[in-house]
Amino acid sequence: MRVAVVVFPGSNADWDALHAVRDVLGADARYVFHKETSLGDADAVVVPGGFSYGDYLRAGAIARFSPIAPAIERFAKGGGPVLGICNGFQVLTEMGLLPGGLARNAHLRFECRDVWVRVEGGGPFTHQLAQGSVLRLPIAHAEGRYVCDPETLARLEAEEQVAFRYCAPDGEVHAEANPNGSVASIAGVYNEARNVLGLMPHPERAAEAVLGNEDGLSLFRCLASFLEEAA
Amino acid sequence: MTSPRDTLPGAPIPFPGEPDVGRETAREMGLTDAEWERVGFFLGREPTYAELGVFSVMWSEHCSYKSSRVHLARLPTEGPQVVQGPGENAGAVDIGDGFCAVFKMESHNHPSYIEPYQGAATGVGGILRDVFTMGARPVASLNSLRFGRPDHERTPYLVRGVVKGIGDYGNCIGVPTVGGEVQFDASYDGNILVNAFTVGIASTDALFFGTAEGVGNPVLYVGARTGRDGIHGATMASAEFDDASERKLPTVQVGDPFMEKLLLEACLEIFAADVLVGVQDMGAAGLTSSSVEMAARAGRGLELDLDAIPRRARGLTPYEMLLSESQERMLMVARAGEEEKVLAICAKWDLEAAVVGRVTDSGRFVCKATPGYDPLVDPPSARAPQLVVDIPVGALADEAPKYDRPQAEPPAAPVTPAPSLELDPNEALRALIGSPNLGSRQWIWRQYDHVVRDGTVFRPGEADAAVVRVFCERDGEPAREKFLALSVDVNGRHVLLDPFQGAAMAVAECARNVACTGAKPLGLTDCLNFGSPEKPETMWRFARAIDGLAAACRALDVPVVSGNVSLYNETDGAPILPTPTVAIVGQLEDPSHRVGMSFVRAGDLVAHLGAPSRGALGGSEYWVWQTGYVGGAPVGIDLDAEVALSRALLALARERRLASAHDVSDGGLAVCLAEKCLGKGLGCRVHLPSGEGAPALARLFAEEPTRAVVSFAPEARDGVAAICAAHGVPFEVIGEVGGSELVVDGAVAIAVGELAARHHAALAPIVG
Repeated sequence: MRVAVVVFPGSNADWDALHAVRDVLGADARYVFHKETSLGDADAVVVPGGFSYGDYLRAGAIARFSPIAPAIERFAKGGGPVLGICNGFQVLTEMGLLPGGLARNAHLRFECRDVWVRVEGGGPFTHQLAQGSVLRLPIAHAEGRYVCDPETLARLEAEEQVAFRYCAPDGEVHAEANPNGSVASIAGVYNEARNVLGLMPHPERAAEAVLGNEDGLSLFRCLASFLEEAA
Repeated sequence: MTSPRDTLPGAPIPFPGEPDVGRETAREMGLTDAEWERVGFFLGREPTYAELGVFSVMWSEHCSYKSSRVHLARLPTEGPQVVQGPGENAGAVDIGDGFCAVFKMESHNHPSYIEPYQGAATGVGGILRDVFTMGARPVASLNSLRFGRPDHERTPYLVRGVVKGIGDYGNCIGVPTVGGEVQFDASYDGNILVNAFTVGIASTDALFFGTAEGVGNPVLYVGARTGRDGIHGATMASAEFDDASERKLPTVQVGDPFMEKLLLEACLEIFAADVLVGVQDMGAAGLTSSSVEMAARAGRGLELDLDAIPRRARGLTPYEMLLSESQERMLMVARAGEEEKVLAICAKWDLEAAVVGRVTDSGRFVCKATPGYDPLVDPPSARAPQLVVDIPVGALADEAPKYDRPQAEPPAAPVTPAPSLELDPNEALRALIGSPNLGSRQWIWRQYDHVVRDGTVFRPGEADAAVVRVFCERDGEPAREKFLALSVDVNGRHVLLDPFQGAAMAVAECARNVACTGAKPLGLTDCLNFGSPEKPETMWRFARAIDGLAAACRALDVPVVSGNVSLYNETDGAPILPTPTVAIVGQLEDPSHRVGMSFVRAGDLVAHLGAPSRGALGGSEYWVWQTGYVGGAPVGIDLDAEVALSRALLALARERRLASAHDVSDGGLAVCLAEKCLGKGLGCRVHLPSGEGAPALARLFAEEPTRAVVSFAPEARDGVAAICAAHGVPFEVIGEVGGSELVVDGAVAIAVGELAARHHAALAPIVG
């Protein structure tokens, strides 16, 4: 598996993604700078967390105009697996590759802590995880409140595009377990074709015992086996 | 660029439109009359307005350390582990395999009081630059904050602004803020403290220094354009506050963390290209101090062409360009002929960069500028640079004023009421665990990204010190993982009661915190926050605190490798508590040695290490809570006992005997035990350590140092006892982990859930 980790000038979890995929999972991973126009021979793409171009405007809003953006779009439209984490999720919604958008947290503060998410829909990053199983993952964001119009939400639910929902440790989904006010407690969504996943929590920061949490590694394991099966 | 032969002869000219210069102007800029005379002595003539500005910032307390240098010399700064001691942008200690931890702490107190968000943000930006200027990638930050009374009208605004400022800057640039400490005390009502610490990792053979070597080498300006923000920031930070201080708003800098991120990545790439001779960030006193300090370290001169300075404001004068503290800027000296490589890397990162001068052999700081020239005007007028500054570098550096200011021991403090010892210990613990000084800091650290960079092993609240895994990389070799423990501490109340003992206690607590996590302390950085040095009593406290720091650092083998002094922390004549903040970097030999602070298993034994409390409540939170005064007899510290405890804790961790370790500090044994219960919601039943007959209440809340509470599996008991005995550390099993209550026999019985609720809500009255 060859994974391209996109580096915008303000990406800051690019290392986290590279480390999890390359050093922990043992896959081939490399950075692709935003001024490049090709993703090379990548089998999968990670758009990592951070502040893409400073994000003083709206998180991820400028990234869609970057030189690498057309290559990401082609890769996604061609069915290649794309994972957007945190700022990467914001970027993918701004690029129109994922439905909805991310607004400021309901409490208006940056929030960094562990949350629990319930696995919902399947796709290349989650197909081996039991529906309803619960992962503990860290969040670290100020603009993570997932929003979309009612029609989109209805479609997401009907098509089972919701990948993760914020929940209590026991898997129950309720308002107190929702850290940012996301609609329908949505923590992550797939696109219609299910090859693009965006989520606010950071699986790549929860992939090692020494950090006290290996729950996040499962997403990358799913990706690896998905690509193996596809090959 | 002008060539050496172009240097214009004669004295600098006054720049058109600038005010006349005289003794009064000097006073307005914070120079004393004696210092004004000294300027004339060095120049042999009257200075230009720009030159006077340069003298005033370089001779400010903030830049020159003129009142503190004679005392700082007494701090121990050497040791086999020291790679770089004080005097550079940051210090460094060896962490093995040719890598070092580069770290420093700095204050941004005055700006943060005037404008908390930008003040704190740029404090973080400044300390990050100090670290990456050395060639190190920043990997973790801490902060130490002081605010006034929780119910002071300005406190909520200041807390919100400072926390958001620190968070927004660190979160954006992607350096985790992994720990810190906060105290509220009336002495900080009009003068808060924001001390920011950052540690980075570098290959020891690739450290960079702030030196302008090599006559003829080009001087490059890299980063944000220069504006009018922060002019005279260093001078502002060297004066007391009064009711007009809010008018000093224009002296506060404005931060741009995205720009800093670009600067960080570009700098690390430039360093790796091996084209630089030296580099220094433009911090306090901006272009002036970076130029002068680099020239001074190399024993060289520097000539700047101010027409070439990238700028964002029109009509900047030499005075403004030289004194601006616009953020996110670096000054570099490249090897001649390599400037194009620097410019190319800057272009890759979309950063402004320009050649703005060169190194000379004149030993003088020389600036030229064209009157009326402004590159922002289209088309700019013709250039005809004239000499505007010409000052011997030495006059601004080594020969800057240095004062051994008078000291006087303060008269005995007036007797203040003693606290009641009749209270129900349950009520006292309920109140204190939910108080702003002892309650949870979760509201704060949740606003900091403390997990970015995939290295946070112990997060805030999980251990006595933050523990981070760092990746040490060198050309092509696979990264090595190393584990650092980081802590920052001080309690100004104990320093007020006895500056020597209180400062030693700060070092001891910090080292103890690091040892509790299983790490060996390697080095220390300090931030010495005091009132006006012109007050003999403040100076006496400062000098005694230095001696206390020195004694504790020697005893515990933690040399001081970097630091910062912040004086004039007073408003309308009332000084802050003397606050010598210290931060220690330690290293774990192996991650399996790590020890958290919370109880983890029911059935584990609980033991008290160190001499049991005498019930000495001096300086304690209990005392202040009960009386409203910082009072009582100083509790003192036995440094030999501290060394023994530290070594025992480290040995216990290395032999993996412990399930948890937490030192006894603010709030005493009761709060220590409560905190150990809170992490995992596990109770315990213990008895007070045996000891003299002081009332239980006093023994529960006394803050005597050199104690820790540990837990371990019952079968580890003999091993733990043996290690403590071998180190001469008193050891006593006081109970067992389990149940849903914190029970101290005959004194305390409170449900852990209730303690948690109170602890959690502690900051709510301030920040809602």
